Amino acid sequence: MKLISLASQDKTTSALLTVLLLVSIFIPLCNLLTAADSPLHFSAYTVSLIGKYLTFALLGLSLDLVWGYCGILALGHGAFFALGGYAMGMYLMRQIGARGVYGDPLLPDFMVFLNWKELPWYWFGFNNFGFALLMVVLAPGVLAFRSRVTGVYLSIITQALTYALLLAFFRNEMGFGGNNGLTDFKDILGYNIQSETVRSMLLLLSGGALIVAFLVCRWIVSTKLGRVVTAIRDQESRVRFLGYRVEMFKLWIFVFAAMLAGVAGALYVPQVGIINPSEFSPLNSLEIVIWVAMGGRGTLYGAIVGAVLVNYSKTLLTGLLPDAWLFILGGLFIVVTLLLPDGIVGLLQRKLKGQMA
Amino acid sequence: MNPISENLGFEPPKAVATAWVVDGAIDTRHGPILYMEDVSVSFDGFKALNNMSLYIDEGELRCLIGPNGAGKTTLMDVITGKTRPDSGSVFFGQTINLLKMDEPAIAQAGICRKFQKPSVFDALTVFENLELALKANKSTWHSLFFRLTTEQCDRINDVLLTIGLSGCSQQRAGILSHGQKQWLEIGMLLMQEPKVMLVDEPIAGMTHQEIERTAELLLSLQGKHSLVVVEHDMEFVRSIASKVTVLHEGTVLTEGTMDEVQNDPRVIQVYLGGSC
Repeated sequence: MKLISLASQDKTTSALLTVLLLVSIFIPLCNLLTAADSPLHFSAYTVSLIGKYLTFALLGLSLDLVWGYCGILALGHGAFFALGGYAMGMYLMRQIGARGVYGDPLLPDFMVFLNWKELPWYWFGFNNFGFALLMVVLAPGVLAFRSRVTGVYLSIITQALTYALLLAFFRNEMGFGGNNGLTDFKDILGYNIQSETVRSMLLLLSGGALIVAFLVCRWIVSTKLGRVVTAIRDQESRVRFLGYRVEMFKLWIFVFAAMLAGVAGALYVPQVGIINPSEFSPLNSLEIVIWVAMGGRGTLYGAIVGAVLVNYSKTLLTGLLPDAWLFILGGLFIVVTLLLPDGIVGLLQRKLKGQMA
Repeated sequence: MNPISENLGFEPPKAVATAWVVDGAIDTRHGPILYMEDVSVSFDGFKALNNMSLYIDEGELRCLIGPNGAGKTTLMDVITGKTRPDSGSVFFGQTINLLKMDEPAIAQAGICRKFQKPSVFDALTVFENLELALKANKSTWHSLFFRLTTEQCDRINDVLLTIGLSGCSQQRAGILSHGQKQWLEIGMLLMQEPKVMLVDEPIAGMTHQEIERTAELLLSLQGKHSLVVVEHDMEFVRSIASKVTVLHEGTVLTEGTMDEVQNDPRVIQVYLGGSC
């Protein structure tokens, strides 16, 4: 109830929530209820694409919490997304069972291929969905906790961290499928992962997760903890002299954001059908920063808007001008940094205010 | 009566009392509330503090003066845990060794500090600035589920009245004038209900009227709190201080009333040139 009252606090928030609700309910319904030739019909491809955007939006939202509110410029946030994705991927691999190419009831195909005789210990438990979900949250959480988010070199260290994970997951000996990653998923919770119903459900879940996460983040930044975190962003040492353990607050917010990123990754993987080490690529983490900066940092909804817009342009432009995309992305980033310090959302708000005046 | 004797119904034996270093039971029966002895700090060979010893009594208002580089700010850094001294000891009461504590622990124990440059949180409102400073459990978990009680809210409003910012409690602290920021920071000290307040240059950038009100405020606080005020403005120091400590090149040059100090030939020498 408290969350709902928070949601209706301002117009931007309620507008955003309305759009998100419409997208996550309307598109799956249209996909399932209309005939393939109806003008209202969305293809399975579109449904998964939009679902993917929603998971990216969740990822951007989680980065905005650490960067926009706590001032920690994490350049390796994609690592937590990928870890959540791998946890979900491991569950999906275990669901394949004996239907793999080699037909081994216990081992995933790539392990049979590598001549492994038994399942590594860390794969146990992943046949259980609940356990996998727990890992989706715990794996990024524990890793984030271990990284002890303090010190000046944090940005570089987080970047190095995701790069180290990239290299580690590339290795076949790690037991995560090496270069190829995890793919060829068959079903999730007993339902065929390729079916339109499951795809629609995943879209609905992604939208739902995004809405809930957004409201929870809104709530967090409205609590005293949120204000302490904002204070840390602006004057870290002063907060310490007020008696707050700054590193505990940073850690809390960082771990929470890492968990959100993990959830986003777990929703992303069944919709794209693959998770491989390239998700750990430092470039991915930098892109998240760009989404948030373009949307407008420190607003929460800005991150959502930025993530969706940038990724939509990416889909559009990599189709039209595949070679130009990175240049366009870089150019957009420069334009936003120079001309729109508050991002797209900031620009819109200024425009609206201008009209009112 | 401290909380321990309330529970026991009689005054506990000394050994028991000194074993308790909990809040509200700072042992000052054998002397000062804050003392430092033979403290030395050096930065790259430069001795910022040189065998400095200083004793602050409970409830007193002490002014520290001295030319630039005398070690006033370094002294505050040592007391609040920002700088670790090379040698010496710093105690809060008789039992709390401040050199073993970090900044948040020292702040929670009851030593609070106003910085030379007003450091308020610009993005938060005046009210929220005070709320953050409010004495409460400051763990992450308690902060997440923190709710102001009526008494706490009244307390914030009282402090807002005291520092004259009731009219702008919902304004962002960033738009306050320099003098108002100074007051807000003093208000933040009050919210922490400290035993000892370290106040670094409280009147910088204030108008005459503001300076007068600040003097009144600081005078009204002595007795309830121990105050250590660093200030350059001699007239202001004269108007508030009963006891003045003059620092020079990292040590205590002399101590006494303002008149005694001002007539001390060494002090005149230090202030009116000579050495450099």
